[in-house]
Amino acid sequence: MAKKADDVSTVAGVVDWLTDSSHWSGSDGVPNRFVQHIGLSAVALAIAVAVALPIALWLGHVKKGGFIAVNVSNVGRAVPTFAVLTLLALTSLGVSDTSVVLALVLFGIPPVLTNAYVGIREVDPQTVEAARGMGMTAFQQLRRVELPLAVPLVVNGIRLAAVQIVATTTIAALVAGPGLGRIIQEGFATQNEPELEAGALLVVVLALVVEGAFAWMQRVVDPVRRATRRTPGASPPEPSLVGAASFVSSDGDTAAVRDGIS
Amino acid sequence: MNLRTGNCLEANSWICGKFISTRQHELMAALGQHIELTVETVLIALAISLPLAIVVRNSRQASSGLLGVSTAIYTVPSLALFGLLVPITGLRPATVVVGLVLYSLTILVRGVLTGLATVPADVVDAARGMGMGKLRLLFTVELPLAMPSIFAGLRVATVSTVALATIGYLIGEGGLGNLIHEGLTNYFKAEVLTASVLCVVLAVVFDALIVVIQYLVTPWRRRRTT
Repeated sequence: MAKKADDVSTVAGVVDWLTDSSHWSGSDGVPNRFVQHIGLSAVALAIAVAVALPIALWLGHVKKGGFIAVNVSNVGRAVPTFAVLTLLALTSLGVSDTSVVLALVLFGIPPVLTNAYVGIREVDPQTVEAARGMGMTAFQQLRRVELPLAVPLVVNGIRLAAVQIVATTTIAALVAGPGLGRIIQEGFATQNEPELEAGALLVVVLALVVEGAFAWMQRVVDPVRRATRRTPGASPPEPSLVGAASFVSSDGDTAAVRDGIS
Repeated sequence: MNLRTGNCLEANSWICGKFISTRQHELMAALGQHIELTVETVLIALAISLPLAIVVRNSRQASSGLLGVSTAIYTVPSLALFGLLVPITGLRPATVVVGLVLYSLTILVRGVLTGLATVPADVVDAARGMGMGKLRLLFTVELPLAMPSIFAGLRVATVSTVALATIGYLIGEGGLGNLIHEGLTNYFKAEVLTASVLCVVLAVVFDALIVVIQYLVTPWRRRRTT
């Protein structure tokens, strides 16, 4: 009985917090925190993709460096995001947008690198051979044959990186960084449960929206899927397991497609 | 820097032997708590996920529902998950374990389901033809064949748990995370770096340990790996 009353008061407290207009304005209001969160995450994701994708595509094309490309994700998983954020905060960078973005990029690179590498490497060698036989240069093979076929995994990596980065941005609040995590952190620090819950709820919604948006994009941008849909009579390919963040390859060894949680 | 003068504490160096020798007991206590948290979490998660996956695997709806929920939980940032657990479990150490178990569950359920799904149908048919009952089939054929995938999940879950447990300091149970947080508030570089490195080392040691256990419990796979 008492438990039920608690639940009601928790929900009421969160609703009160969320509908209080003073929480929706000013530099520590929800809109500003939201903009900070999205802004930093987007910049970090763009940098991570710009750095990791070309490397992964090239390594996948020449089929070298697989050990590093796959294991970078395992390393990324073992390193606590909180530790990296704290270490950077104690350097001369301090707690700044630069140090937070740097940490975010570090945790965004592994999923992009691993997935894009695996995607390119898994392209049927005979297809690439045929492209070479047609006189395509290495760059053309990559751009016009391998990359289109690897799109589902490439986008999967970007999606995992996006989710990882949004989560890590939340942790940045623990070292006094910006973003929505600040609301949760303040709630914890002052034992203010409604604030804590409201912040957590906002972050959950954001994370799920980001995940959903990228999952949708993953289906939309796949050129093979689009082509089979246009061709009457052709059956679309089976939805692949890798799309569901699987980390186990067919022979049972870790492919480390998914990066860590934070 | 001041590595050799022994004054690294005053100089606030990143690497400081004096810190390690004077705060040995504190470091060991935090490491112990971290190990305890990790082992507890993974064992509880394994005890829940194995039966759970086995129960739902034959129903397409149930297993895809379970996978959907686990993907959603996996997407939730840890800070938010701990926050959402507070009204249910309170601001106490158990909240950390519950949160960590939830994450590990999502990984392990996926691993067990994938493992069971990859058991070749003709192997199952052959075992049935030999007159095996459902339970014997499960324990002597399906689970052993699912081991690589289960162990892969176990490795991911364990390593993630070690890293994630650091956030537990928020509720006073973060193992090495407590030291990282303390170092942050006191601007004490050696404490933060030492605790962080210990964290990574712990994850690597756990990972290696699980690989050894897998090697020991799946002797039939040894010949194939060269």
